[in-house]
Amino acid sequence: MPVHLDNETALVAEAQTGSHEAFTALVKQYDRHIYRLALNMTRNPEDAKDVLQESLLKAYANLARFEGKSRFYTWLVRIAINESLMKLRKTRGQKEVSLEEEPETDENSFMPREIEDWGPSPEERYSQVELQEILASAIESLELHYRVVFLLRDVEGLSTEETAQALGLSLPAAKSRLLRARLQLREKLNPYFHKKGDYGLQ
Amino acid sequence: MVCNEVIRELSNYLDGELDPALRQALEKHLRYCADCSIVVSTARKTVELFCNKEPLPLPTEVQQMVERALSEKQHRKT
Repeated sequence: MPVHLDNETALVAEAQTGSHEAFTALVKQYDRHIYRLALNMTRNPEDAKDVLQESLLKAYANLARFEGKSRFYTWLVRIAINESLMKLRKTRGQKEVSLEEEPETDENSFMPREIEDWGPSPEERYSQVELQEILASAIESLELHYRVVFLLRDVEGLSTEETAQALGLSLPAAKSRLLRARLQLREKLNPYFHKKGDYGLQ
Repeated sequence: MVCNEVIRELSNYLDGELDPALRQALEKHLRYCADCSIVVSTARKTVELFCNKEPLPLPTEVQQMVERALSEKQHRKT
């Protein structure tokens, strides 16, 4: 969660009346977070750069429409998610990129299968570079509709309510996806972190 | 509380969003169920590994793009 600017409401109001400095201050506060989100969504630095640029331009162009019902950051996140989806659709096709959830045929499909203790600091077995690679590839392997909820809630630190709001989901739907995302990630990380595990990187 | 119910409430438990009675029932279950205990601790660790990490500074090229986009906007306005 980026540090919330104390004077954010005032900055937004100034930016809405045309202050370039105020808009720049808002952008500087959040650009790294939006870039990381775009990178985690698209997994491609060039695409992430485009998403960040388009998001900032859209935010600037639509500033007058921001009514202050959410935090400015949540609004910006929503724009960045839409831009990321548009980018993904261009490269992967319309059908493959959807936040719609497939109806579950097996109600218990998300129940844990691998149950092994990790110990207190399983990440210490890996170098920082290795660890980042393990985490990034685990996130990438999640289906998009789970990945996006996890990214907003746990990586970018939005509240569950804000996550639901940014994605246009009901709160129960956001919670259900978050649970499944966390359980799936746990399962994907298990081979690397359980006490007997020494997968190493391929 | 049985194992399935613990898993269903796992996220709410990790986020501190369970009402006290439900939380106590869940914690009571964890005291005697080693499997659920492991799932809860490893799921908590999973979230910890990802959360509250400061993003890296923008790559120079991306930083320059942001500066350029902002200054173009300014010039178009003035």
